[in-house]
Amino acid sequence: MDAFQIIGPVMIGPSSSHTAGAVRIGRLARAILGEVPCRAEILLHGSFARTYRGHGTDRALVAGLLGFNVDDERVREAMELAPREGLAVTFGEKDLGDVHPNSVQLNLKGKERAVQVVASSLGGGQVLVKKIDAFTVELSGDLPTLVAAYPDRPGVIAAVTALLAGAGVNIAGMRVSRQAAGEKALMVVETDQPVPAGLVAAMRSLPIIERVISIDPV
Amino acid sequence: MTRYNFRNMAELLELARAEKLTLGGVVIRYQEELEGKPREEVRGLMAGRLQVMRAAAQKGLSEDIRSPSGLVGGGGKLLEEWRRAGKSLSGTTTARAVAIAMAIAEVNAAMGRVVAAPTAGSCGILPGVLLALEAERGLGEDQLVDGLFTAAGIGMVAARQASLSGAALGCQAECGVATAMAAAAAVEIAGGEPERAAAAAGVALQGLMGLVCDPVGGLVEIPCVMRNATGAAQALAAADIALAGVQCYLPFDEVIAAMVQVGRALPASLRETGTGGVAACPTARRLVEQISTWRHNPSSA
Repeated sequence: MDAFQIIGPVMIGPSSSHTAGAVRIGRLARAILGEVPCRAEILLHGSFARTYRGHGTDRALVAGLLGFNVDDERVREAMELAPREGLAVTFGEKDLGDVHPNSVQLNLKGKERAVQVVASSLGGGQVLVKKIDAFTVELSGDLPTLVAAYPDRPGVIAAVTALLAGAGVNIAGMRVSRQAAGEKALMVVETDQPVPAGLVAAMRSLPIIERVISIDPV
Repeated sequence: MTRYNFRNMAELLELARAEKLTLGGVVIRYQEELEGKPREEVRGLMAGRLQVMRAAAQKGLSEDIRSPSGLVGGGGKLLEEWRRAGKSLSGTTTARAVAIAMAIAEVNAAMGRVVAAPTAGSCGILPGVLLALEAERGLGEDQLVDGLFTAAGIGMVAARQASLSGAALGCQAECGVATAMAAAAAVEIAGGEPERAAAAAGVALQGLMGLVCDPVGGLVEIPCVMRNATGAAQALAAADIALAGVQCYLPFDEVIAAMVQVGRALPASLRETGTGGVAACPTARRLVEQISTWRHNPSSA
């Protein structure tokens, strides 16, 4: 808790959870896709589903997918700007089960990849990505974050953390999740320092690692 | 953690006493140590937030803005014209504060750029009071930045002991806390002692104790915009009560604890669900019906 969390954030209204939080979820989902999204199916849950138009949650999510920040005045025009940016969006409602009332599932497609992200807006602009595809994760977007996909084998986590340690990057939080023992796994690492591009490249060159995404704080 | 850390108002006041600082002065030092940045940089960041507040005030006071629902907008401009015509009943400082607070709350509703203080729904109250004092008393930017740090300290004390979400504790936790923040900032800007600033915050929050969160249609519009305006007037009243030396018995920490108890006792219908309070008025229900008709059939709007 600090002074700028009370006098802040600077944001587009009207609601820190329904607007600013929604922009951040959109930005994180775009970063997790790892490329410019061209199709987005947005499925709203709970309170998001009931009040999304009035709070501009729909525009805010789309603004985030377009890469806008929470204080960008184009948030208001995001729906009109999306087709011009090559992004086709559809909205629907979905019961996501036992999740926070302000939750959303985003099914994104880019030219290369597709990803499914489930995230919640917790209030005050704080958000949490809860699922990436079939993997359970915890990703707040407050810190630099690495997301790595790999097959579940001994030594992968040690190899990644050794690279980080060697570069003096401190791990603030880490969570690994796998489909089943020995199957596909996903690692989410939040760090105190930005991860240098060279280090991300070094991780990508590890033979066991399938994919690494580096996400800046949003 | 820095040596200027504080968990509640008692600790913030003790730090101010020991270091011979204002409440805002303690908060600036806390922030410097927390971020490891020089004072001028930390002040500069806050000055940047002040600029956003100014721009929002200017927009709301001078432009015909409208929220997407069409329910609110233009009130700040009307109040500004009323004040400029010399017709205001409440005196020039209060009239300015009320106009600016409403203007900024309308900019927020209209999806404009604002500074949450402490929340977006209550973003008009603090700048309303500070920018009104600036205009009426010829304050410099440094004093306004000091005031923002005072306000931040009150908000931090509240946030460490309570949720600042209307969904959790009602509007008392949003507009109530914003009013307390503005009242304390006004006292320190006017040269009042830290104890008086803390007292003003307590008086302001007592005035709004129990305030429910009952947004019409779940939107941050009715009654939120009006509550920003009247909250700004209450902040100035609370500041005057404290500055005049009126005995204020209840410590701020105890008032916050009471707010938490009251908030927990509120039924769900009065915690941002848009189902109770003024949201349940027949006219409110009709307005919501009209909006949804417009949405489904925009040509009839």
